[in-house]
Amino acid sequence: MMNVVFVIAYLVLAPFIGGLLDGVDRIISARMQRRKGPGLLQPFYDLGKLFSKEMIAVNNVQLLLNLSYLVILMIAGSMLFAGADLLMVLFILSTADMFLIMAASSDSSPYANMGASREMLQMMAYEPLTLLVAVGFYLTTGSFHVGDIIREPVSAVAWMPGLLVGFMFTTAIKFRKSPFDLSTSHHAHQEMVKGITTEMSGTTLAIMNIAEYYEMVLLFGIFFLFFVNSTWWSWIVAFVICGVIFFLETLWDNVSARVKWKTLLYSCWSVTLVAGGVNILILMLVK
Amino acid sequence: MSKVSKSPWLLHYDASSCNGCDIEVLDCLTPKYDIERFGIINTGDPFQADILLITGGVNSQTESVVKQIYSQMPEPKVVVAVGICACTGGVFKECYNIKGGIDTVIPVDVYVPGCAARPESIIDGVVKALQILDEKQTALRQNGGDS
Amino acid sequence: MWIIPFLIGIPVLLAVIFPFMKNEKSRGYLVYAGAGIVMLTTVLFIVSWITSGTLPWTLYTSTEFVDHLMVAGDIFLMCLIVYMGIKYGRLLPIVLSVAQTILMLYTEFTTEVKEAPHMMVDWFTILMCIIIAFIGGFICIYTVGYMKGYHAHHRDVQDRQPFFFSMLFLFLGAMFGLVLSQSLIWMYFFWEITSVISFLMIGYTRSDEAVNNSFCALWMNLLGGCGFAVAIAWMANVDGTVQLLDVLNVGGEFPLICLALAGLTKSAQLPFSTWLLGAMVAPTPSSALLHSATMVKAGVYLLIRISPAFEGNLTGIIVSSIGGFTFIAASMMAIAQNDGKKVLAFSTISNLGLIVGCAGIGVEETVWAAVFLMIFHSVSKSMLFQSVGATENTLGSRDIEDMHGLIIRVPKLAYIMGIGIAGMYLAPFGMLISKWVALKAFVDSGNFVLVLFIAYGSATTMFYWTKWLAKLLCYHIPRETVKDVTRKDEYVSMFFHAAVMLLLCLFLPLVAIWVVNPIVRELFGNSTDVLSMSVLTTMAIMLVSIFIVPVVMFFISRRSHRELVPIYMNGINEGDNRYFTNSYGGKEHLYLSNWYLRFEFGRRHLRIPSIILASAVLIVGFCIVIGGAI
Repeated sequence: MMNVVFVIAYLVLAPFIGGLLDGVDRIISARMQRRKGPGLLQPFYDLGKLFSKEMIAVNNVQLLLNLSYLVILMIAGSMLFAGADLLMVLFILSTADMFLIMAASSDSSPYANMGASREMLQMMAYEPLTLLVAVGFYLTTGSFHVGDIIREPVSAVAWMPGLLVGFMFTTAIKFRKSPFDLSTSHHAHQEMVKGITTEMSGTTLAIMNIAEYYEMVLLFGIFFLFFVNSTWWSWIVAFVICGVIFFLETLWDNVSARVKWKTLLYSCWSVTLVAGGVNILILMLVK
Repeated sequence: MSKVSKSPWLLHYDASSCNGCDIEVLDCLTPKYDIERFGIINTGDPFQADILLITGGVNSQTESVVKQIYSQMPEPKVVVAVGICACTGGVFKECYNIKGGIDTVIPVDVYVPGCAARPESIIDGVVKALQILDEKQTALRQNGGDS
Repeated sequence: MWIIPFLIGIPVLLAVIFPFMKNEKSRGYLVYAGAGIVMLTTVLFIVSWITSGTLPWTLYTSTEFVDHLMVAGDIFLMCLIVYMGIKYGRLLPIVLSVAQTILMLYTEFTTEVKEAPHMMVDWFTILMCIIIAFIGGFICIYTVGYMKGYHAHHRDVQDRQPFFFSMLFLFLGAMFGLVLSQSLIWMYFFWEITSVISFLMIGYTRSDEAVNNSFCALWMNLLGGCGFAVAIAWMANVDGTVQLLDVLNVGGEFPLICLALAGLTKSAQLPFSTWLLGAMVAPTPSSALLHSATMVKAGVYLLIRISPAFEGNLTGIIVSSIGGFTFIAASMMAIAQNDGKKVLAFSTISNLGLIVGCAGIGVEETVWAAVFLMIFHSVSKSMLFQSVGATENTLGSRDIEDMHGLIIRVPKLAYIMGIGIAGMYLAPFGMLISKWVALKAFVDSGNFVLVLFIAYGSATTMFYWTKWLAKLLCYHIPRETVKDVTRKDEYVSMFFHAAVMLLLCLFLPLVAIWVVNPIVRELFGNSTDVLSMSVLTTMAIMLVSIFIVPVVMFFISRRSHRELVPIYMNGINEGDNRYFTNSYGGKEHLYLSNWYLRFEFGRRHLRIPSIILASAVLIVGFCIVIGGAI
């Protein structure tokens, strides 16, 4: 019963939470740059506007692929919030991303294709760590199931601090934050016009944005798992820490410059190996 | 009803400007003027833009480009000509390669004069454009309702 | 059992007939008929086995006459290799072949082994028979059309189709023999036949490159054969038995590692993966049949058969490490390839590496995953090879760069290729579930290095498949239209594979219960199911829902009205998305290329180090095991 509530809450609220987080992010960024910045509800105005625009497209399949991206992300998120298998969630998440890549490369647009290539590279960069995170949870709690993980007496983070650091490092890719916003950026200025979203307009772009909000909430759900345990107050702690993580990502976004793809790949893989790998090794030896 | 004017994204194109106006356009993004507080984003992509901001007069090379970019923007959309060259051709009006102001190629909604146009007047022009944008949206909705 | 001789005999008989069939048309019909008969015999065989209660059959306890025939066969194969070696001036294959044949003959005539069944039928055999008969059979059907197109394209290659078909069917016969054998001596005989056929087929074009590569394949496989022969000699002398099952029970580590060597060479694991890459010079059907769907599976088959013995000993660690390392190394090298068949070859090596890694751990979970991976890999890889072959005949190139916008140019082939690629790594397909189980099992077995290998390896795997898939699906108006020259029989085979792929995906839980679970149970004795039914069903439902999403979205998105505009190229698009205006004001053709990361993942950088590393592991392992055995 609880699961159903969670899933429905996720499906209904995730776009709003994601949008609000985006709004907060833009305000914080603006303040860090000593600007006033837009209002909190700006992302929703953007979405509303995008939906109201005329439908133009470069081909007939982009909308279909973007919709699939959205729905599959929703499935992945629902599975997470229903307490299902974490590893499966991650696999489905990467399948969803595949649809985004297909949407971007569905026309022979140079910018979108470049963005798609970079997106693939980014996937290659973060994929090992996400798998290791799932393995870490499995080693710590003895189950891949989210439902079991949250019922542990001790928060998982006690056993997997390295994986947490690694996950924070690589989720910058997923959040499309600098220095890892190669394929596309939520900032206006992008070196390759708009990367994977170059050919997306109006509704298509709005769908992509909503999907990103779902993904954002999903990722915070995974962060949440690191801290939550069977006690009630751990939920509050987890909320607070997720907020802190969100702030840190924004901070990092503002103080770092975009890197080259090689730096991205090598740094992510090294962090995965050092932070994630060592953590897993210790877990395997101790547990 | 969501208004376009709540989130106008603009596309800046340099038709043949001397870069004076371009610098001033970028100036608007700086913390001092901070046009993002109006929800304005300077996107580089016509597919996502609502306002086309053009600096400089149109020459024979940029004519087709201006037309194409304009055609790639979804309705409703407005065009703001920034700087005197974009408005009329300015001092280059009589040059052999200059066709004249932007309105010789595509319909222009707001003219922002100046050489170079000051950031304040650019922002003023964009805000004017927002009203026109809203009107166009309403018109579009009514037309859409009729058909 | 009366049907087994037919199972092996019919393909062999057909192989004997083909060299005399010079007429192309009647040969084609004979291939169809032959493939049909082989499949029918297999169905009869399976039905008769199932109706008799699905218990393991052990057959042919005393077979003196056939044993003598096989000795003659071994000697014939050796003579053939010696002849070819002398003809082309290669010493190594001759040495290896003579050494192992003499060892075998010596063993057979000097040592007494107790009489035991020579053949056995159980679930695993049945699965292999299905793969051989159906995938192999349809590849034969595909070959008829393909070879016509191939020779239309490659006019410089001498037309030796009768020989080619003869080899194809002989190979099917040998594979049936191999998977049915329980006696190691029999298995060795069929094993050698497949090695030699592979050698002959790689050398089909007789170009210098083909000859070189075929000899490379030959000596590597013969090295494995040597391992096989040594294992047999040891078993016969020390334990007095040459039963495959006894390797598990009484074998000890030395014969185990020798057989593992045979398995590793056959399944083209590092350091022996060179031969499979070289084998890509052969016409595509032989790549599909030998080097992806069946022959390399023989190596994997052997390893899975003996996998229960791998658990927790040094040989197991060596095998699983080499498998895992091959998985990641080959998938990294695949990134830098732009030749479609090369990518497929690397991905074959890489996937087999995962299977071998699973087999090397040797617990129920991993073997479950290994069998699953094997099923899916056979179907989708054979399909991919066929579609790449058909594309090559149509476009005149198998370069992935040339497949840009294949979905517009040759939609049918693009769909088939797309399903094949998706089957290799995407969520709705079973590969992923196997990966899930494999990862879980690696963690359970506490093998840290393998966990890292699979984590990084799946990332690199994803990269090279995705960029290929994206290339196929790019919407691009072709410069010149191409005529799809793919023949009907080729499509029949490819559609069959695609249908099987989709059905496997849909009926995944049933495959698990009816096929994979019994295999694992038989290999490990009585055991619990690896994945419970409810878990499997939920997964299947989830996966299918993902599969349905794009279809539903298709209908939803079709209803929306939209206006099509040219793509964004800074406003200098020249109309139809193919040209842009360059800085001289002229028309310039748009050309988009994939990323190959050659300087980071190129074969030139990775091949030698990975071979050295894998060889070192293997040699050190051998030294330790031999030291322990003596």
